[in-house]
Amino acid sequence: MANVQEKYDVAEALIGASTPSGGAIWAVAARETALANLRQMGAPHRRDEYWKYTNPTSLTAVDPLAADLFHTTEVRPFEMLDRIKLVFVDGIFDAAQSDDLSVDGVEIELLSDAMAKDIHWASSLYGVLEARGQSPVARPLAALNTVQAVQGFAIRVTGKAAKAISMVYLRGSETGDAMVHHVIKLEQGADLTLTENGPLAARANTVMEVEVADNAAFHHVRSQGRDHQRRAATHIFTQLGQESSFKSFTLTVNGRLTRNEAVIEFLGDNAHATVAGACAGDGDFLHDDTIFITHDAVNCESRQVFKKVLRNGATGIFQGKILVKAGAQKTDGYQLSKALLLDDDSNFMAKPELEIYADDVACSHGSTCGEIDDDAMFYLTSRGIPFKIAQDMLTLAFLHEALEEIENPVIAEDMGARLSDWMERRTG
Amino acid sequence: MNMDVQVKDGVDQETVDAVQTVGEKYKYGFETDIETEYAPIGLNEDIVRHISAKNEEPQWMLDWRLEAFARWKNMIEPEWAMVHYPKIDFQSIYYYAQPKSMAEKKPKSLDEVDPKVLATYKKLGIPLKEQMILAGVEGAEDAPAEGRKVAVDAVFDSVSVGTTFQDELKKAGVIFCSITEAIQECPELVKKYLGTVVPPSDNFYATLNTAVFSAGSFVYIPKGTKCPMELSTYFRINAENTGQFERTLIIADEGSYVSYLEGCTAPQRDTNQLHAAVVEIVIEKDAEVKYSTVQNWYPGDENGVGGIYNFVTKRADCRGDRAKVMWTQVETGSAVTWKYPSCILRGDDSQGEFYSIAIANNYQQADTGTKMIHLGKRTKSRIVSKGISAGRAQNTYRGLVSMHPKAKNSRNYTQCDSLLIGDKCGAHTVPYIEVKNNSSRVEHEATTSKVDDEQMFYCRQRGMGEEEAVALIVNGFAKEVLQALPMEFAMEAQALVAISLEGSVG
Repeated sequence: MANVQEKYDVAEALIGASTPSGGAIWAVAARETALANLRQMGAPHRRDEYWKYTNPTSLTAVDPLAADLFHTTEVRPFEMLDRIKLVFVDGIFDAAQSDDLSVDGVEIELLSDAMAKDIHWASSLYGVLEARGQSPVARPLAALNTVQAVQGFAIRVTGKAAKAISMVYLRGSETGDAMVHHVIKLEQGADLTLTENGPLAARANTVMEVEVADNAAFHHVRSQGRDHQRRAATHIFTQLGQESSFKSFTLTVNGRLTRNEAVIEFLGDNAHATVAGACAGDGDFLHDDTIFITHDAVNCESRQVFKKVLRNGATGIFQGKILVKAGAQKTDGYQLSKALLLDDDSNFMAKPELEIYADDVACSHGSTCGEIDDDAMFYLTSRGIPFKIAQDMLTLAFLHEALEEIENPVIAEDMGARLSDWMERRTG
Repeated sequence: MNMDVQVKDGVDQETVDAVQTVGEKYKYGFETDIETEYAPIGLNEDIVRHISAKNEEPQWMLDWRLEAFARWKNMIEPEWAMVHYPKIDFQSIYYYAQPKSMAEKKPKSLDEVDPKVLATYKKLGIPLKEQMILAGVEGAEDAPAEGRKVAVDAVFDSVSVGTTFQDELKKAGVIFCSITEAIQECPELVKKYLGTVVPPSDNFYATLNTAVFSAGSFVYIPKGTKCPMELSTYFRINAENTGQFERTLIIADEGSYVSYLEGCTAPQRDTNQLHAAVVEIVIEKDAEVKYSTVQNWYPGDENGVGGIYNFVTKRADCRGDRAKVMWTQVETGSAVTWKYPSCILRGDDSQGEFYSIAIANNYQQADTGTKMIHLGKRTKSRIVSKGISAGRAQNTYRGLVSMHPKAKNSRNYTQCDSLLIGDKCGAHTVPYIEVKNNSSRVEHEATTSKVDDEQMFYCRQRGMGEEEAVALIVNGFAKEVLQALPMEFAMEAQALVAISLEGSVG
């Protein structure tokens, strides 16, 4: 096929000369493995099955396209949390703007420091979960991140974290790439809330590898906010132990291109995972949620809940997959993707997949797409509610189903308010 | 098949039994011992010429085949389906085989038909009366029909043995004959429509079929005509190491209606055999076509040895406004199935429906589904797919629903359920949904609550539980089809009616 060579050429161009060297033996080995994987799979290509709806060209161009800076005076999300703030500017950690790294129950270390130590717990995670997540679906941009990332944190949680950890990704430059890679380990019974917000860079590539040990709980809330021209490819790789819990929610309001991948693997019995998202997009907006959940343990529950509101020609994509391995009995898999198209120019593509090798399981998937329900509009307008307001009410009600997946009510309320603002602004 | 399968709670025992019955000894695995004439083994341009010459085709047909063959040589076999099988050696297959008796002269009466060929159809359960007609016995058409009449085109390896009720159909203006006859006798019609729904470049197996096809049926229903009887083609592979590559073309002109049934069986052998067919259906304004298949090719034995590779391209093009097509398939056979009967809903208000029951036992692998391409305004489609896997079988539903920007106010409803019997098999779902306008509504659900609301209301109102009502309605589709099948499918129909999807996995 004609595209094959192109994939490898693009991969080589991306690898370029900027690959970091040095560090502990395990760090060097992890980079080498990722490099070998990347060379073997090539860069993402439009003809790849999992890139058929999102053209990866702008993510794989050697030089990222410039993106105008976006200025806003609105309060940033997660300000109301009792938290440790870790600030990155253009993808580089800024200690001056950040809080002190000490918090009870959590060890926070710069990734570059961790990778210099010969003996470090991160050696069992860095690039390891990412490499596992490359099969059966290749994720070349994540491998590239493992090869090149120097920024990020190694976070180990030993008990209930006294405060949330908040990553704030600021952008000060109109051009440039940023790569951030976090490794997070929740020991048995640990509990952590981690938030992320901000664009990071004109083009961001992030990887988060999370190990959730038995009985541990990880809450992740992310706000990909109002930066109209930024592009981002994010990846979460996680492994879940017995009776553990993993909850991730992402709010996306605009941005030129967003590809959020989550790869979740159940290894211990009776665990739970939720991946949810609400997105509201305008115009030149493409939002892609690509989820892969592997059930390899008994009696685990997974939920995928994604809601997208699209207008002025925006595109929403959902590619979700539940794989139930042989023996993963009593699995309960739920997958929901719904899109509301506010006008005729917007698009929605979905591929809700199931692959099941165990007989005593319940997996359901639902996917719907359409405009605002006429009957509901009639009901509201006949009760004297103006047309526009009725439309907004129904649109927000539609998005709220995803917001319900957020455990923290304060955060859920804040996310809801941001969506209301989006509705009111009408354009962006 | 042994009975020690551990079945999870909630799965209906009657269903388990029915699926096991289907997976038990293949009833049509016998071989007819007759002298067969083959084209030389393998595939090259000369074979393409040979097939064309055998069918006494005009030059344009040969050119068409050669062009496809040249293209096919550079094509790559598709690998995206969730099926695994050893690489096919396309040079070790016979591309043309016919009973020697047929090679000399087409039989005109019962006496002239090779009795062994007749015996084969008798054994397959085609009613005697039809056999008589098949053999062209005079006066048979005046004999009182038992129940409904079904005209049959019987295909044996690469040739059509005969087509029944042709005269009666002719009176109604309906043309029903083998594609080979049609190319000779109504070339203008064939030329106008052949390859317009499934172009020669469509996919690897369709291109192969274009180069080497022989036999298959041709149907033309003229304007405003309701076909006076159901039409049916019965495909039988008999010769060893032989592929079957039939091509069917159905044209329903404005305001016409036809119901077409297709059945297929093959002998039980240790080697795999290839079946790569193409079915094209053209539906003009206000016309309706129902296409039903009972696919019962030899599925291989309980260890996965032998069986048919069934790689089929079927597509209906609703060209006119309010055109309607309904695909119904009962898939119980074949070692490997790769089949996606599709609907192009081009005309405004056109409708496409796809109902499928796929049952895979032992080591069978089925990757099947449909494509609904909505191009016209207010087009509607409905997909109901039931996949059942037992033993070590893998069953995949793969489907596409595409709403183009101009397909305003269109609707799709998809429901696909899978049932696993035992813990060694697999059930997979790969739906693609592409929506490019906002007035269309697409619903893809694995839940059972979205069957026709009125039917649901009717059942619920009479005190039926929701599950029960859905089972009744969904099975109702199947039963309606199963009961409409010709006599030779009575056995399968009876076995399948008992199936319910209680305890589905998703």
